[in-house]
Order: sequence, then structure tokens, then C-alpha cells
Amino acid sequence: MNQEKIISVQNLSKQFGHFTAVNNISFDVYKGEIFGFLGANGAGKTTAIKMLIGISKPTSGESLVAGFDVKHNAEMVKKNIGYMSQKFSMYDDLTIKENITFFGGIYGLSRNKIKEKTAQLVSELGLENEINKLVGALPLGWKQKLSFSVALLHEPKIVFLDEPTGGVDPITRRQFWEMIYAQADKGTTIFVTTHYMDEAEYCDRVSIMVEGKIEALDTPKNLKQQYNVTSMNEVFLQLARNIE
Amino acid sequence: MSIQVENISKSYQKTLAVSDISFEVKEGELFGLIGPDGAGKTTLFRILTTVLLADTGNASVAGYDVVKDYKEIRKNIGYMPGKFSLYQDLTITENLNFFATIFGTTLEENYDLIKEIYIQIEPFKDRRAGALSGGMKQKLALCCALIHKPKVLFLDEPTTGVDPVSRKEFWEMLKRLQKKGITILVSTPYMDEAALCDRIALIQKGQILKIDSPQNIVSHYDKTIYKVRTKNTHQLILDLKKYPSHYSAFAFGEHVHYIDQNSDFNPTELEKYLKEQLHSEIDIAVAKTSIEDVFMDFTMLNQ
Repeated sequence: MNQEKIISVQNLSKQFGHFTAVNNISFDVYKGEIFGFLGANGAGKTTAIKMLIGISKPTSGESLVAGFDVKHNAEMVKKNIGYMSQKFSMYDDLTIKENITFFGGIYGLSRNKIKEKTAQLVSELGLENEINKLVGALPLGWKQKLSFSVALLHEPKIVFLDEPTGGVDPITRRQFWEMIYAQADKGTTIFVTTHYMDEAEYCDRVSIMVEGKIEALDTPKNLKQQYNVTSMNEVFLQLARNIE
Repeated sequence: MSIQVENISKSYQKTLAVSDISFEVKEGELFGLIGPDGAGKTTLFRILTTVLLADTGNASVAGYDVVKDYKEIRKNIGYMPGKFSLYQDLTITENLNFFATIFGTTLEENYDLIKEIYIQIEPFKDRRAGALSGGMKQKLALCCALIHKPKVLFLDEPTTGVDPVSRKEFWEMLKRLQKKGITILVSTPYMDEAALCDRIALIQKGQILKIDSPQNIVSHYDKTIYKVRTKNTHQLILDLKKYPSHYSAFAFGEHVHYIDQNSDFNPTELEKYLKEQLHSEIDIAVAKTSIEDVFMDFTMLNQ
């Protein structure tokens, strides 16, 4: 793997009043890496991601994403990253084609480029015959695959995936991961959260957040060795106490 | 029988959401509906909890017909829908009192039943539901669904989007509720949770693929699954799919689960092939079948 840093986080914190959601975290992510960002509900993952994608200002600390400072250059960060989540993916009441055109426009792609990307995207996903169907009518699995491709329209250096496979059937979940692998092979960095611990095993490295801090960060293999267990699920259960 | 479903079908315009489904849940049973988003689980829940009418078929819950006796059913069941549906701008206490009043009871009357769950959220009882974390919302919703001591509990994807630690705790809670005599129908997209049910129905595209105990589903599966590992997982999946006699190859944690078309499959041959494809650190062994393996195979056969 290329050792060029694409995300560099140093002593990043976020406070809401007296509550510290993210407590002084530091880590690096390398180019082309599949980086798993795990943690229990309420551990601070979402807050951390919001800072990394430039929509929430850190209380303190530094982080460079795709070469830009998230505090002072959030707009440049946004231009250089892709983002998808289970909650927000695309507009249900627009067709596939309209969604692609809309997001292409948002990212400032030219009309020709959008045309070219649309053709390429629907052919890769085998959606040629569905292009004028409303996104809301697609099965969730297809929606998520399409949404991932749309997040990559502007060829970002990093794509953030927030629980991309929640509720998706087991086969589609695996097809989705094959898309992730293929994209990482092309050099795109993948930053992914998931509650499926088998998916944690597919990551190059995994971090586990507990109560606002990063408690562990290593390859799945090393983490399992360190905690003397056979699966990432067991690593997670040992680390992530319930904080409520 | 606590729940009886006979030939239930339901369509939304042209989409067939539930197609001629029949099954029974025994009294005191923990029964799981296992299937992905869009399988028809929620439609089935809505029919059984009397908030949606089936197009055809009959169903009864706790001995009452879902159409004729819908009022009786509502008194006797607890329903936790997949989407958080409590009042976001009421506090924990206010939500509990509201639901207790609707069912003509009080928090105190059936406190025994919910105590163990309630004490976990009690420190936040004056906080508005909208400001609670996902895990706490889930616990409050369960308390509200139990407040009138229902005979049958319907839980529609209670653990979707919930982390592994909270999921484990939630299932331990369900097991204890079951011991108190409550029949539970629960749906989940997590295949590992299926193993915790007494019996499960694997459901996809509105149809039931199989009903049995998780143990039987796994032990009756007749294909041999091999777990394969090499240094490069992605390349391994691609290469296994190119292997002439391959039946399926799916990533499975740190391994790839591989099934061959031939019953006289020889792992040594596969190893040779993988070496030719320049794989290193090759490891091939027979895998333990899981519900997820079986579900995926049924899915493929059903397509």
C-alpha cells in the first residue's frame, strides 16, 4: 500500500457544552486504504465524521483531509471527497438519470462530463433499462450501489461511507463490498463505518472508538491477535462497553 | 397457537409485498422473521397488528381474528415498529404515562415486566425522547410496548443500525421476556440473530423460503462449504469466481466461503489453481455452515 497520507488527524476534539463527543483523537489514513471506523452508538463516530467532511467545526485540533485543513478550508475538503450514508443517499422522487445529473451539477461537472459519466455508471451497474425510473422505486440494495457510484461521480480522492450496507441482504452486501474493493484498487481511499463485524474484517485497518476516544487502531489480524480472539466481533465486544 | 397466518397476500398497486404466506407461532415461542429490507416483513407486521388489511387470507393473534376482533388484538399485543414512533417532544416519563393511560394501566401496575429495561433509562427520565441516543430510544420504545403486559410482542427490526454490544444486550432482554411467558415475533436483517430464535422463517420478496429451527436449517443443508483464505481477499474472490466448477464464492469475515458444483471436489486442485493465479498464504478448509450461508444459497436458487 502507498504510504501517502490522505487523512491526517491530530488531537481533534469536539465539545457540545460540557459534553465531549470527540476527545482528542489522532490517526492517519493512507491513499487507497480501506479504513474501518467502528464504535458503539453514541461513541462519537458521527461527530468525528462530520468534522472530517467539513460540516462541523472542531473545538480544537487539526485535521487535513485530501490535503486541506477542515477548519479553514472546508469548501475545498468537500470538493475532494465523496459521501454517502444509509439515511441520505439520493432523491426518491427523481429518476436515476435526474439524480446523477443533479449531483453531477452540484459537483460542478460539465454537461458533457455528466453525460459521459451517466452512460458509464448505468452500464457498470446494469441499470440501462431503469434509467428513467424513480429512485424511490428501486430496491434498497440497488439504491445503495447507485448511491455509492454517485458519490464517486467527481472522482474524489476519498469517499466516506456511513453504514452503507445497513439492512441490505447478504448477497447485495457482498456485492457492495466488491465495489468498494475495486474502487480502492483504483487508488480511492475508503473511510467506512459499519455495524456488521464481518465487514470490519474486509478493511485494511480498523479503528474502534469508545466514549469519544480511539481505543484501538490496527489491522484486523493484529487486533484479533492482540485481544487473543478469532473474530472482530469479539474484539468489538471486549472494547466497546455500553456507555449509556 | 399464539399467531396463525394462513395464505396471507398483500399488494401495493402492482407490487406484491406479501405472497401467500402461512405460518404459526406457538405460545411462548421466540419466532424470527429473517430477511432483507423489502422482503415483506413490515407489511406482515402491520397486518398482524391490525393496522393494515390483507388482500386475501386469514390471520389470528392470541386467538383473535385480525379483522373481526381487531380491538381485542390491540389490547393484547405490544408493537414496536421499525421506525421510532414515540413522541419526540415528550419526555421518557411522559411517553410512558401516555401509553399506560391509553391502555388503562399505570407504570407501577406492570413494573415487574419492564423494571430491568426501565432502570437503564430512568436516569434520563426527564429528557425528551427526541434527544435520546439510539440505544436509549430503543429501550424506551420497548418499555412502551410492554407497559400493558401484552401476550404477544411484535418487534419490527428492533436492532437495525444498532451496534453489536447493544444488539447483544437487546437479545438477552428478549430471552428474559420470553421466560415470562410472552410470545415474541421479531424481524431482523442480521443473520447472526437468527440463531437466537426458537424457530425462524427465512423470507425474501414476499415469500417464505424456509421455516424451521435455526439448528435444523443449518444441519439439513446438504452442500459442503469451504473456507478459503489467501493474502489478497479481493483477488481471491475474483479468481474463485473464474474457477470452472465454482458454484458460489462470498466474502465471509476473514475467509471466502466457497461452494463447488461437484460433489467430488478436490481442494488440492483448487489450491493448485490459486497458486497458478499467484496467490500466496493459501489456506483451504471445510467451514462450519451458518444461517447466512443457507440464506444466501436460498436467495440464489430463488432468483
